[in-house]
Amino acid sequence: MKQYLTSNSDVQIVDSLRTDNDRGRRWTLMEKLFMGLTLQQYIAQAIRNPFNWFLALIFAIGFPVIIGRFIFGLEWATGGPQSNAWGLFLGFGLFGMVPLSSSGFQMGSAVEVFGRHDMEPLERLGILNGILGYFFAVIFLMVDLGQPWRLPYPMVVSWGPASVLFLVAWHVATYLSVQAAEMSTPFFEWMGWPAGRTVIKKMALGLAVAGIILSTLHQGALGALSSYAPGKIHPLWYSSSFQWLYFFVSSLPGGLCMVIVVSTIVIKTMAWRCDDNFKLNLDKLHISLAKGASMGLFTYFVIRMVGVAHDNKWAYLATGWGTWWMFEIGVGVILSMILLTVGARNKNLTLIRLGAWTTILGVILNRLNVYLITFNWKHGEIEIPPWREFMITITIYCVYIATYRFILYRWPVLFRWKTKYGEYTVLDAKTGAKPAVSEL
Amino acid sequence: MIDRRDFLKGCLACSVTAASISVVGKDAFAAGSFEGYPDAMGVLVDLTRCVGCRSCEAACNNEQKLPDPDLPFDDQSVFKEERRTTDKAYTVVNKYEIADKDTLFRKMQCNHCNEPACLTSCFVNAYTKTKEGAVIYNSKVCVGCRNCMIACPFNIPAYSYSSPTNPLIKKCIFCYDTRLKNGRPPACVEICPQQVMTFGHRSDLLAIGHERIKNDPAKYVNKVYGEKEVGGTSWMYLSSVDFDKVGLDNHMQNEPIISNVKDFLGMVPMVLSIWPALFTGIHLLATKNKGEHGDHDHEEGDQQ
Repeated sequence: MKQYLTSNSDVQIVDSLRTDNDRGRRWTLMEKLFMGLTLQQYIAQAIRNPFNWFLALIFAIGFPVIIGRFIFGLEWATGGPQSNAWGLFLGFGLFGMVPLSSSGFQMGSAVEVFGRHDMEPLERLGILNGILGYFFAVIFLMVDLGQPWRLPYPMVVSWGPASVLFLVAWHVATYLSVQAAEMSTPFFEWMGWPAGRTVIKKMALGLAVAGIILSTLHQGALGALSSYAPGKIHPLWYSSSFQWLYFFVSSLPGGLCMVIVVSTIVIKTMAWRCDDNFKLNLDKLHISLAKGASMGLFTYFVIRMVGVAHDNKWAYLATGWGTWWMFEIGVGVILSMILLTVGARNKNLTLIRLGAWTTILGVILNRLNVYLITFNWKHGEIEIPPWREFMITITIYCVYIATYRFILYRWPVLFRWKTKYGEYTVLDAKTGAKPAVSEL
Repeated sequence: MIDRRDFLKGCLACSVTAASISVVGKDAFAAGSFEGYPDAMGVLVDLTRCVGCRSCEAACNNEQKLPDPDLPFDDQSVFKEERRTTDKAYTVVNKYEIADKDTLFRKMQCNHCNEPACLTSCFVNAYTKTKEGAVIYNSKVCVGCRNCMIACPFNIPAYSYSSPTNPLIKKCIFCYDTRLKNGRPPACVEICPQQVMTFGHRSDLLAIGHERIKNDPAKYVNKVYGEKEVGGTSWMYLSSVDFDKVGLDNHMQNEPIISNVKDFLGMVPMVLSIWPALFTGIHLLATKNKGEHGDHDHEEGDQQ
C-alpha cells in the first residue's frame, strides 16, 4: 500500500467526506471498504505487497489443516496428548495472547480514569490490540476445545462456579463486550453513526473501570489456573500463593510493550494511514510507555524472586531447569528492564523498541514454560507438538495479523476521522432528518 | 464440599454484597476440608499381594465395554514401559523393579478423591462425587476444555481425542452405574485372584490398613497412601517399599487441590466491590483541575 501510494500520489484515501468532484458527498460502504480505491486499484496494491503473498502461502497450507482438525478430530491435529492436555493452542494462543492484550484496559484507564489525555493518540490502538487479542484467544480456544459448539454451556447450561475457569469464561466474555463497546467509537465514526458514538462516549469512564476490574481478575485467574497442578509444573514456575500475581503483574508490561511494538510496526509499514497527531507524538509516548513497562518489570522481577525465597527454592537454580529459569528471567525480565530503563532515560528509541520485543517474548516464554515446557517435568521429557499443531497456530496468528491490518487501514484508529458531525447534520437536513442525538 | 461450593457460588453471584459474605467466608474456610461422605465406600489395595496377572484390566475392559486392546491381557510384554490410563483403558498395571526387593506391581485407576480436583476445576460441573464415594462424569455437559486432566494430581482422566464429533473424558467411575450403586464391588476387585483389593467402607478400610501394618511392621511401610493425600481418597494403598518407588508421589499435599485457589477465589468479590469506588475515586482526584469534568475527545468540540 505504501509503495502504491508513493507511485499514485493522487489517490484519495477515505478519511472524511469526499473532496474530489463529488465534494461533500458521503462515502458509500463499498468505497470505505476499498479505502476510496477502485477495485482494480485495490487489487493492484494488494498484489504488490509481498506480505500478502506470505499470508496467502500460510493460508493455503493452514486452512486445509484447520478444516482437517474439525473433520478428523483433535488427535489428527495435535496427536492427542493424555498427560500434557494443553498444547500450543492454549499455551500460546490463550495464555500467551491474553497478557499481551492487557493494553486495552491500560490505555483506556490511563486516558479515561487517570486523565492522561496526552496518551490519546495511542488509546484506540491499545484498545484495538486488546479486543483483537482476546477475540483471537477465543478463536484459539474454539480450535482446542473438544466440543467447541458447547462453548456457551458454562454460561447457560451448567454452572461450575467453584472453578477458576468458570471465572475466566465469564470475565473474558464480559470483558470482550466491554472492549467491543469501547472499540465501537471508531466503528461508529467510520460508519457515520454519530448517535451511537455519543452514547458510548458517556459510558467511557464506566467502561474503563469495568476494564480494570475484569482484567485484574481474569489475568490473575489465568495464573491461578496453574495452581491446580502443583507437582506437575516445575517449582520454579509454580507458587500457589503468588501465581495469580505473577500472571497479572507480568501482563502489565506485556500489554504496554505490545503497544510499543505494534505502533512501531505501524509507523514503519503504514505511515500513510497515521495522522500527524500520531506521528509527532509517538516517540514521546513510547518513552512514557517504556517508563511504565520498566516499573512493571521491576515489580515483576521482585515478586518472582520473593517467590523463590518464600518457598526456599534456591537449590533448583543449580539444576538444568534452573538455567532455563535464569534464561527466562535474564532475557525476558532483567535485559528488558535494562533496555527499557536506559532507553527511556536517554530517549533512545531503538533500545526501547528492542526492550519491548524482549519483554513480549519473555511473557510468552513464561506462559509456555508454565503450561507446556515444564509441565510434567518429573516425567523428564518435553512434548514437542506435531507440525499440524504448529501450522494451525501460525495460521490463526496470521489471520489475527490480517484482521488487525484490515481494521487499521480503515477505521479511525491511527488517525482522526475528519468529518465534522455538523457536516453530517447539513447533509441529512436535505432529507429532513437530523441525527437524533438528543433523543438518546 | 457441597457447602463450600455453594458458598463460592454465592460469592460470585452476590459479589455486589460481598463484604458481608466474605466475613462468613472466613469461617467457612476455617472449618477445614470436606472429610468425605460418612458412608462412602472405598478399596484398599495391598501392593504386596499383586502378581501382575492383569485380570483386573480384562475385567474392567469387559465391564465398561471398552474396545479390544492392542495386545491381549495375558501378554506380559506391556510391562516393558510404564503405562498410564487412556480413553481405552481405565485401569492399567505397571511393574516396578525394586533393588534388593521383589518386583512390585501397581494397578492404577481413578482414586476417587474425597474432594476431587477434576470436580472442583470443572467449569460446567460435569463431575459428581456420589455419596457412595464414586467420582462420576456427565458427558452431556462436557465442553472438552480438559482442565480436569491438568488438575488431576494422579494424571487419571483421559480424553478420546480421536473422535471428531463427540470426544469425551474417559475414566474409571468405580463401576458406579452397574455395580457400586447396588452395593456391589467394582469388577476389578471381584475378579482379582490374589485378593489384592479389599472393598468396604472407607473408614473400615483405614482401620484394616493400619491393623495390617501393626501386625507386620517389617513387611509394610508405615503409611496408608490415600488416607491424607489431597484431602483423602477412596482408593488407598499399602506397600512394602517407599511409595515413590511404585509411581505414587510421596510428597503430595494433604490439602485438597482446591485449597490452592481458595485465596484467589475469595479475593474475587473483594475486587468486584472495592475497585469501582477506588478507581472512580482516583479518577476524580486525577482530573480535579484538568478542565471541565475531564471531558475530552479525539475531536474536541466537534459537536459544538
